[in-house]
Amino acid sequence: MKQFLAFVKKEFFHIFRDKRTVLILLAMPVVQIILFGFAITTEVKNAQIAIYDQSKDVVTQQIIQRLQANEYFTLVENISEPSQIEKLMKNGRVSMVLVFEPNFQENIEHLGKADLQVVVDATDPNQAKTMTNYVTSIIMQYQQEFIPLKSEVAPMQIVPQVRMLYNPQMVGAYNFVPGVMGLILMLICAMMTSISIVREKEKGSMEVLLASPIRPIFIIIAKAVPYFVISIGNLATILTLSVFVLNVPIAGSLTMIVAVSLLFILVALLLGLLISNLVKSQVAAMLISGMGLMTPTMILSGMMFPTESMPVILQGISSIIPARWYITIIKKLMIQGVDSVYIVTELGVLILMLLVLLAVSLKTFKKRL
Amino acid sequence: MIAVAVKNISKTYDKVSALKSISFEASKGEIFGIIGPDGAGKTTLFRILTTLLLADSGEATVDGFNVVNDYKAIRQRIGYMPGKFSLYEDLSVEENLEFFATLFHTTVQENYHLIEEIYKQIEPFKKRRAGKLSGGMKQKLALSCALIHKPSVLFLDEPTTGVDPVSRKEFWEMLSNLKTQGITILVSTPYMDEASLCDRITFIHQGKFLDVDTPRNMIAKYPSKLLAVSASRMYPLLLDLRANPQVLSSFTFGDNHHVTLAATYSVEELAAYLRLKNHEDVLIQPIEPTIEDCFMQITTTADE
Repeated sequence: MKQFLAFVKKEFFHIFRDKRTVLILLAMPVVQIILFGFAITTEVKNAQIAIYDQSKDVVTQQIIQRLQANEYFTLVENISEPSQIEKLMKNGRVSMVLVFEPNFQENIEHLGKADLQVVVDATDPNQAKTMTNYVTSIIMQYQQEFIPLKSEVAPMQIVPQVRMLYNPQMVGAYNFVPGVMGLILMLICAMMTSISIVREKEKGSMEVLLASPIRPIFIIIAKAVPYFVISIGNLATILTLSVFVLNVPIAGSLTMIVAVSLLFILVALLLGLLISNLVKSQVAAMLISGMGLMTPTMILSGMMFPTESMPVILQGISSIIPARWYITIIKKLMIQGVDSVYIVTELGVLILMLLVLLAVSLKTFKKRL
Repeated sequence: MIAVAVKNISKTYDKVSALKSISFEASKGEIFGIIGPDGAGKTTLFRILTTLLLADSGEATVDGFNVVNDYKAIRQRIGYMPGKFSLYEDLSVEENLEFFATLFHTTVQENYHLIEEIYKQIEPFKKRRAGKLSGGMKQKLALSCALIHKPSVLFLDEPTTGVDPVSRKEFWEMLSNLKTQGITILVSTPYMDEASLCDRITFIHQGKFLDVDTPRNMIAKYPSKLLAVSASRMYPLLLDLRANPQVLSSFTFGDNHHVTLAATYSVEELAAYLRLKNHEDVLIQPIEPTIEDCFMQITTTADE
């Protein structure tokens, strides 16, 4: 036990005496979360819009005036037929088109309800969402100020019917927090652990360690302990920043989130161990964990692109990526706030991965050089 | 008492044969030197004996324990210093020593007497990171770390490679002192001058042990009379010597060539031959062979 503790202490020395390692381990999670945080709150200014006014009455004119007066939107074109909507969107001249139905004012006054269609280019879902929010709030405001005065029949409504083009699910909004969690934990546990184990091999100290009485498996566990501890610290940092700086809610049970994260950390540590069993140089370890783990984690885990819209082959690949399941669970727990019952499948997959990795790592683990 | 026994050990890496059926025994408290150039198989042999590699065939015991089955027992009782400096460069001298002491279930205080003589030379720098030490000091630290648990057998793989001559000399003095404590030392080196400091030596050449004996006997066994030949133009001299079929061997050693002659060929005949080749200031002297001469002679015979 004393041996083991001395080993863990030594490992912490290695980490804290290397500035680059410290930077990766401690600063990166903060930077990532903050960067993604700013990315999502991008304000929309001077968005180019077009208007298809089929009514051309007082109410529509007033609404259009208000939109124009607003700093968020610039009216670039008045169109006269629906086919132009698609054309303008496709050549990128406008990113939003407002369509007023015919007899807008009449409908509002007599039926108490008029439809305004808002067509948005949702290639960038965050921007699209922000724009529709602006439009909605402008219309609501207009409604409150003017319409009740003109009419005895209340309530009357202008109903903005928002249609998202190109990315109707709006995936991407709160996605990044679970995504960054998956990415950071994978990076720290798998990449850093594998590199630190392989470094001992490369420097030759593994020879001395193996020829000593310490049991080889303890060497590995002792090397993983500091990264385990640091990962838990990072998890806390990420969650705190998400809640207090980025206002991402934690809708579900915090205990479950932490428990699932610990499970994922173990999976990632085992992956790191497996990599270190298979390669002999730090460069190889870095390449395998970078190319083989990071890239798929970023691209295929559903962090950036929804897995549902991927080709079947990529969906297949994505299903063997631990981060995909972890990110799904965290999304469900954190953002949707579902009950634990709804994450049983994903949890099962992660546990299965843990067991398989454990078996394979122990099998490939060498007690000699 | 036999400390290390090796019997017919062979090891092949991807078709390249590193060790070819090696056998030898080293007694307790002996300094056993394995002399040979880089790539001869020294490191492979050390790794097999320190239980880090498995031999393809053959058997070996260290302190009576089999290197394959009893590897755990062996790892409790050996000290191993690999050829490459393999301590932690980002830990201080003191931290390294303490780490290795704890690793071997002991403390620096408990066995300080063993390493005192070596360690006190680097103790003034004990707060310094190991990576910032000079080559000689690194080796002393590595030796201290390998000794801190009082191993019964010490494996030193090229401990003096890259170390300055003064530190090398000191290092070997330390080894003789350790011997008096009953520690068996297996040491490999590419330096022939260090061979004479061992109790017994062997020459390793292309994965084979060519001979095992005391350095003194090795020299005594040297089969022919050895001559040191020099002249004003050394390189043409060497070429002319090698062109003469009566000259059995000729190698450059420092500022002269060491030469052996066929039994029927006399020193006078050689002098006459060299005069004929227009060499000036020719000097031919009989000399005592060194270990290196023995090594060259034995390896050339083996190659033939």
